Amino acid sequence: MSSNRSLEPSALSLNDLPWQIRYSNDRCTLCGQCTAVCPVQAIELKVFQKRILKTSVQPEKKHTADYDSFYGIRQKTRVENACIGCAMCAMVCPNDAIAPVKNPGLDRLKFHINQNGIPRRRGGRRNSSQSVLDRIKFIRISMLTDPALDAGRHEFEMRTLLGRVLSPRENMKRLKEKGWIPPVREIYPLIIGGMSFGALSPTMWEGLQMGVAYLNEELSMPVRICTGEGGCPPRLLRSRFLKYVILQIASGYFGWDEIIHAIPHMKEDPCAIEIKYGQGAKPGDGGLLMWHKVNKLIAAIRGVPQGVSLPSPPTHQTQYSIEESVAKMILSMSMAWGFRVPVYPKISASSTSLAVLNNLARNDYASGLAIDGEDGGTGAAYTVSMDHMGHPIASCIRDNYLNLIKIGKQNEIPIFAGGGVGKNGNLSANAAALIMLGASGVQIGKYAMQAAAGCVGTEEDRCNVCNLGICPKGITSQDPRLYRRLDPEDVAQRIVDLFVSFDTELKKIVAPLGRSTSLPIGMSDALGIDDLAAAERLSIKYVV
Amino acid sequence: MCRLFALTSHDPVSPMLAIKALDVMKEGHDGSGVGLLLQGLGGPFEEMKDAPILSGIFTEEGIRRLDLFMMDQGFLTKYKISLKTPKTQVEGIPKRNLYLIRAYELPEGWDLLDKEELAERLMMIRLKIREMGEEKKDMMVFSFWPDTIMIKEIGDPMQLAEYLGLDRKELHARIIMAQGRQNTNYAINLYACHPFFIKGYCTMTNGENTAFTPIKDFLLSRGFPGYVGYASDSEVFAHILHYSMTGLGLGIDAYKHVITPLQEEDLEKHPDAGFLSHLKRTCRPLIIDGPNCVIGTLPDHSLFMVQDRKKLRPGVVGGRPGLFGFSSEICGLDAVIPDRDKTKDIQPMHLDTAIVGPDRQEVNICRQTEALNLPL
Repeated sequence: MSSNRSLEPSALSLNDLPWQIRYSNDRCTLCGQCTAVCPVQAIELKVFQKRILKTSVQPEKKHTADYDSFYGIRQKTRVENACIGCAMCAMVCPNDAIAPVKNPGLDRLKFHINQNGIPRRRGGRRNSSQSVLDRIKFIRISMLTDPALDAGRHEFEMRTLLGRVLSPRENMKRLKEKGWIPPVREIYPLIIGGMSFGALSPTMWEGLQMGVAYLNEELSMPVRICTGEGGCPPRLLRSRFLKYVILQIASGYFGWDEIIHAIPHMKEDPCAIEIKYGQGAKPGDGGLLMWHKVNKLIAAIRGVPQGVSLPSPPTHQTQYSIEESVAKMILSMSMAWGFRVPVYPKISASSTSLAVLNNLARNDYASGLAIDGEDGGTGAAYTVSMDHMGHPIASCIRDNYLNLIKIGKQNEIPIFAGGGVGKNGNLSANAAALIMLGASGVQIGKYAMQAAAGCVGTEEDRCNVCNLGICPKGITSQDPRLYRRLDPEDVAQRIVDLFVSFDTELKKIVAPLGRSTSLPIGMSDALGIDDLAAAERLSIKYVV
Repeated sequence: MCRLFALTSHDPVSPMLAIKALDVMKEGHDGSGVGLLLQGLGGPFEEMKDAPILSGIFTEEGIRRLDLFMMDQGFLTKYKISLKTPKTQVEGIPKRNLYLIRAYELPEGWDLLDKEELAERLMMIRLKIREMGEEKKDMMVFSFWPDTIMIKEIGDPMQLAEYLGLDRKELHARIIMAQGRQNTNYAINLYACHPFFIKGYCTMTNGENTAFTPIKDFLLSRGFPGYVGYASDSEVFAHILHYSMTGLGLGIDAYKHVITPLQEEDLEKHPDAGFLSHLKRTCRPLIIDGPNCVIGTLPDHSLFMVQDRKKLRPGVVGGRPGLFGFSSEICGLDAVIPDRDKTKDIQPMHLDTAIVGPDRQEVNICRQTEALNLPL
């Protein structure tokens, strides 16, 4: 703009943007790849003009003032084109001439990203890299009094149970009386949590499923994956691989018409049914698939028209009281599969979680409780929900587990923890800490996307455009031009890498604690933290 | 790691035999304490098999409070042994006022109670005395059970046995369990000394129990008043034994399936696979992660030894009909039963439970892969 013109309130300078493009004209070959790949058109090819003055102290010499023009890359400063820091430009540049750099100053874009009165919506998770889980240490090392085990050569059984486990006495009674005993699955304690077909691209979804199938069939690791709320492709529903899948039903019931109709044709029962009541990333808010991503395929699987946004209600329409409707819903889902499939609710972590747990404790058909903490990820939510709503996972899991101990049901209702597990890359340490705090297993979502597909999102607000269908890695896009970037075979390979390496690390944690024959659920004497208040809150040791 | 020795004999023998065994295994314990269980008593106790015997350590004030309490409950003293200690103190053994071993006449009407009810009441009396003692630090009670004596004290086993004068006829017994302690903390709590006793079930262990916290949490939340204490991580082994046999009606052949269940591959091949997978799931918090060698006795006076899955602790069983010993080390067994056929010694491995029944004729090995006597 010119200096004598009026300004729009949302006219920003480069200095106001959270990400700034560093561009070197010297190295640029003007190939145009960066502008083509940028998901938000933050950069464009521009003609720059430069005035070159040539003067001399010798008066007889001629003074010239020439104009030189050259081509180069310019960053746009409009709100809708603000750079998201994904660095795809740097990835495609053959000469390393371009890269985004985080603006160390105040991000002023924040004040303007509500154009037309629509607050910011995005994917990703809470923009904070703080993690209590990262601060928990494993302090009870077996030293001489009992020998530490060899993580590489000892035998380990790192499995967990998904399903309602009766008390030993009650189970014995029902065995004698040949009564109904709730179904229980023996599974790997790291679960790929619900990410829907729709939120994820077809290639990503296929890759995850292939990876899980390989882990089960070739490596005998009983890894399970949850579908999320978006139905399940009909061929998978009718395949033997369904047993590795946890079908999720949420408040939009997307895809459930297809699932119910497929029941008579199912060769295998699904691993379990997860009823989603809440999500850690946006507690008390429903699922959201924005219209950009609802293409023909997604619309068909979900049973909805094409090109419309799909906001699930914050709660199930039938739900007016937890006592009745949750029990009814759990019972209906159990009944649909002849009481052979575990059914459990997933809720967002909340100070009210205990009430839910106590309610489930009295219901034999409730097979567990998945709790998703404030650091959980999402494909689309309002930023305000993501950044400010929710409850940390560690204390929520601990409260629930200690409550189960109080009522003597710690082995009966498995609690699964999710939400920011491994958010700073320390997946196995975070998972082991949660297990020792009382979780029976952990769910991951974003970590799988980061490790298996190269998602570039961070807690520094990088990328986070999963909601718009423009994922530069093709992970959360429904645009074939984008998702073709992702080869499902490669994703499957990385999923296998992830689980195999996790398994080794988990053993490297439990072996020095002297544990090998069972997952150390609730082994809180092994944990310590360098914060007195946190130690007291979690009932673990304070160490400095 | 502590050292363990247990024996089961047709004829009552002196507890000094077990002490002798601990003495030869001296390298494996540091003389920081000894625990003794005597059952199948000979001598005067032979004539009063139904009279519960209270074993413990009391101060003068404690014994006064005990007498008042027991009288209130309606118990009358039937017989007592006084362990007279020498006037000169031995270094390393604390001075106590009274080591009590006293048999009581049951209160009126109690002899008509059914076995279970009587057992429950005796346990509750023991717990009450323990609670009273913990309040004022004047009483410690180790057992209150018919035909059972327990002695626990700090010190070197041999010195202590001489100090307490254990080599006396009244203390001869058919079942003897003894542990020589390897102390892992300086403040020694006698309630942390093995063996541990609950309603006729008794175990002692060596090794550290790495899964102690979840097991303790599970037992404490069973709502059973006897599952308390846990000054030692090994106390849970006695309580798991009691829970699996009385709470779940399992046999001793299933104890190992509770504490160290088979892994999936072996489980699938087991003749009782269905039952065992239920047991493994429902008793998951009772899985010990070792490394532990557990020696125990049952109300019918069977003696057994099990190892955990890792089998990192030593343990050997040997003897001859009429006399069998269970020992941490072979030298302990050699010291007590030198004339046995050593080729028949058995070192139970990770799948074995070695049992010598009340008839004391042979060592039965119950392999975890074999079919079970199901309580169904």
